[in-house]
Amino acid sequence: MTPALPAAVPASTDCVPVLRQRGQREVFCGLTGIIWLHRKIQDAFFLVVGSRTCAHLLQSAAGVMVFAEPRFGTAIIEERDLAGMADCNEELDRVVDRLLTRRPDIRMLFLVGSCPSEVIKLDLSRAAQRLSGKHSPNVRILNYSGSGIETTFTEGEDACLASLVPELPAEPANAAPALMIVGALPDVVEDQFLRIFAQLGIAPVHCLPARKSADLPPVGPNTRYLLAQPFLGETARSLEDRGAQRLDAMFPFGAEGTTSWLHAAAQAFGIDEMHFRSVIAPGRERAKRAIEHCREQLAGKSIFFMPDSQLEVPLARFLSQELGMVPIEVGTPYLHRRHLAQDLALLPSTTVISEGQDVDRQLDRVRAAQPDITVCGLGLANPLEAEGLTTKWAIELVFSPIHGFDQAGDLAELFARPLRRRDVLRV
Amino acid sequence: MQLTVWTYEGPPHVGAMRIATAMEGLHYVLHAPQGDTYADLLFTMIERRGKRPPVTYTTFQARDLGKDTAELFQTAAREAYARYQPQAMIVGASCTAELIQDDPAGLTDAMRLPIPVIPLELPSYQRKENWGAAETFYQIVRKLADKDAHPAPRENRRPRANLLGPTALGFRHRDDIIEITRLLDSMGIDVHLTAPLSASPADIVRIGEADFNILLYPEIGDTAVRWLEKTFGQKTVRTVPIGYGATKDFIREVAAIADVDAALALDDSRLPWWSRSVDSTYLTAKRVFIFGDATHAIAAARVARDELGFTVVGLGCYNREFARDLRDAAKLYGVEPLITDDYLEVEDAIAALQPELVLGTQMERHIAKRLRIPCAVISAPVHVQDFPARYSPQMGFEGANVLFDTWVHPLVMGLEEHLLTMFRDDFEFSDSAGASHLGHGRVALATPSPFVPSEVEGPIPGAAESPSTTLGTNGGLNGVWSAEAEKELLKIPFFVRGKARRNTERFATEQGLAAITLETLYDAKAHYAR
Repeated sequence: MTPALPAAVPASTDCVPVLRQRGQREVFCGLTGIIWLHRKIQDAFFLVVGSRTCAHLLQSAAGVMVFAEPRFGTAIIEERDLAGMADCNEELDRVVDRLLTRRPDIRMLFLVGSCPSEVIKLDLSRAAQRLSGKHSPNVRILNYSGSGIETTFTEGEDACLASLVPELPAEPANAAPALMIVGALPDVVEDQFLRIFAQLGIAPVHCLPARKSADLPPVGPNTRYLLAQPFLGETARSLEDRGAQRLDAMFPFGAEGTTSWLHAAAQAFGIDEMHFRSVIAPGRERAKRAIEHCREQLAGKSIFFMPDSQLEVPLARFLSQELGMVPIEVGTPYLHRRHLAQDLALLPSTTVISEGQDVDRQLDRVRAAQPDITVCGLGLANPLEAEGLTTKWAIELVFSPIHGFDQAGDLAELFARPLRRRDVLRV
Repeated sequence: MQLTVWTYEGPPHVGAMRIATAMEGLHYVLHAPQGDTYADLLFTMIERRGKRPPVTYTTFQARDLGKDTAELFQTAAREAYARYQPQAMIVGASCTAELIQDDPAGLTDAMRLPIPVIPLELPSYQRKENWGAAETFYQIVRKLADKDAHPAPRENRRPRANLLGPTALGFRHRDDIIEITRLLDSMGIDVHLTAPLSASPADIVRIGEADFNILLYPEIGDTAVRWLEKTFGQKTVRTVPIGYGATKDFIREVAAIADVDAALALDDSRLPWWSRSVDSTYLTAKRVFIFGDATHAIAAARVARDELGFTVVGLGCYNREFARDLRDAAKLYGVEPLITDDYLEVEDAIAALQPELVLGTQMERHIAKRLRIPCAVISAPVHVQDFPARYSPQMGFEGANVLFDTWVHPLVMGLEEHLLTMFRDDFEFSDSAGASHLGHGRVALATPSPFVPSEVEGPIPGAAESPSTTLGTNGGLNGVWSAEAEKELLKIPFFVRGKARRNTERFATEQGLAAITLETLYDAKAHYAR
């Protein structure tokens, strides 16, 4: 029952060769982040300033959620806005006024930039300032860009959280060290982590984003933060600008990843090793037991990741290190080497890391490799299945609780299920 | 700017994708930013296609802005041609690319590809999906049709028709074509070409060889058909064969144009008998609200009134292009036409009318669910369950059978619900057990008046014991319910309870009553008895 401690950080991983290609990218834009962010920040509203395409994307991605009075919407730019017949800023003010009258429960409003609003250079940061003046103190109005020209899928969360960082209250200079968990996690996962940190004796622990906009965590030179998600480059930079220090770790997937992640905090807060081991042992053992029955199915199977969320590298690490899978190619829309250093170091040397995409060429590589399982978006999944390749659609990995010890079994199961289905079907 | 959450239609380039995906041997090069590929999954997931839509996106990013994007477009077009070897290509811009003003037409012109390239002008900030589909199909037909083509002499051959309008992501288009092709075959008529669905550019070239055109979906095919009438003198069958009566009319119109005997068409519909059978008596004058695309909504209204004996209490469509047709139809039923693409207006109309059945799109399905009104889907936009594996056309005689089952089914479920409500005091049928067809574990509704989306406010001082003040959608004070009356209201089956509440409140307002008592409830019932 003595868990192994994570391997030491390799000195440098800059030597990992990366395949970079440019061409058609089959990915979501950052607006999609709204779908899970609005569930997390319970009194925030996300107003996209964009085109009918943006509204259509949100509707397609949100599925049935659109109907439950969701806290997001689109201000659709029309011909008269473009022709200068209507002043875009006045129009935006009118829409925001109407929205806030309709939804008096809203405390934070994000004006979310899109490709059209970026291209016509509508200054949403000025608009946010102007509207904040008008609606404060009831509503805080911020802005960030979720446009496809600037952000890919989960980078929308990064942009959103980065826009929150300047709003965080300053921690007093003489404050005791505090821990911040950065990245939107499902409430159940967040609660698990908070319980473990409490057991370890680490306090105070804050989350970014918080569930209520009034509960913004304080930040300062005594803040130590752990990234719960690998796609938070901008947010990390903004936190560091305010003096916070990142704790380097693997991302908390599976038994090993979660141990490494918790251990980074334990070390930073001077927690006794024996105490650390005894606190995490039950969870770690449960995680190992939970993934055991999938191992038989997954060990030795090859896997190919198309780029989608930046979760690809840590997930490939989990599948390879803890389940014995063989990653052929791990595609990511953007590779943050520093944040991913520990996960990257554990990938087999035969794995191709690719950043960016030329989708037709990448599909040629998939067909040539004939992987046992291909992780890809919904636009590619059924077509690949029709070609006889087993797939796992990637978006589910962003929407499902997969972090931490107690989700390790579910995470493994997400990859095992398509293979099991392939084997049980007799049609 | 328009504030929206739900849109009935996507942008026009999605309409163009529906044409490209419907056809074979055609490729669409779309100048669009990274992220617009989301539209692919409408086809691969909702329609469950096993092939990627034949669309190449330039997926430009911020760092590409500047003159780089034009080159990006040409590279994408060149590589798409080399890889897919299409017979023809359509090129255009999505909403963002429209703003950066690269010129797909000029750029591809300069490339001198050895195939026809059809440029599309789709104004994204004015028009929507259906318009985009119609325009794209029209441009393809106009560019590719061989103007010298004409029908062969009629001696010793069956008449030939084009079936025009079906697309990818069309509501039941797949099965409608099968049904109509079979119907035409029974009349001795061949289908020369079905387009755009499953047609290739080479097929489109020969579109002029048909004797006449059948316009199945005006939203998609009307523009092209008008041009074909003008260019080839082809006549058009414009009756949309949705419903028993409309199918009969369609057969007569086809027979006249094709010069065949209408009696040859095999009438195998069960709808007339099903509808006359005594089991259907309870359908009489059920109040139905209808919303969708204009074609399906207008067709549904006729079926509802003439073939099922419903009363049409509301009729509307979201596509303004066909607003005139819908207004004309609304006159037939003596109702206010509702032409809007704002679902909140539709929701208000449904809440105000309290129909007993809603026929609409996926959106109305959700509105009806919230208001606990039975509902059936008759029109796009629809979700994955309305691209079924089984054969389920809307058109022709089998289509009429499908309509009967689909629309009556939720009402039968309503009757089941009624029985449950009658036995509400039975321990197994308590109100908190929920509706049988809504699955287990549904949470019981918290307020005693969950069926009208009105805002329940606090008690008014001096009113009867624990009353609630109800504001109607008109914002007026409609009355104060006594606890006794409120309790009695709960004994009324859920699917007419909202109407009963509304009628009672209207009655109380008209009578100038300050409070609604048990007596008021029954006075109102007598007043509105029919």
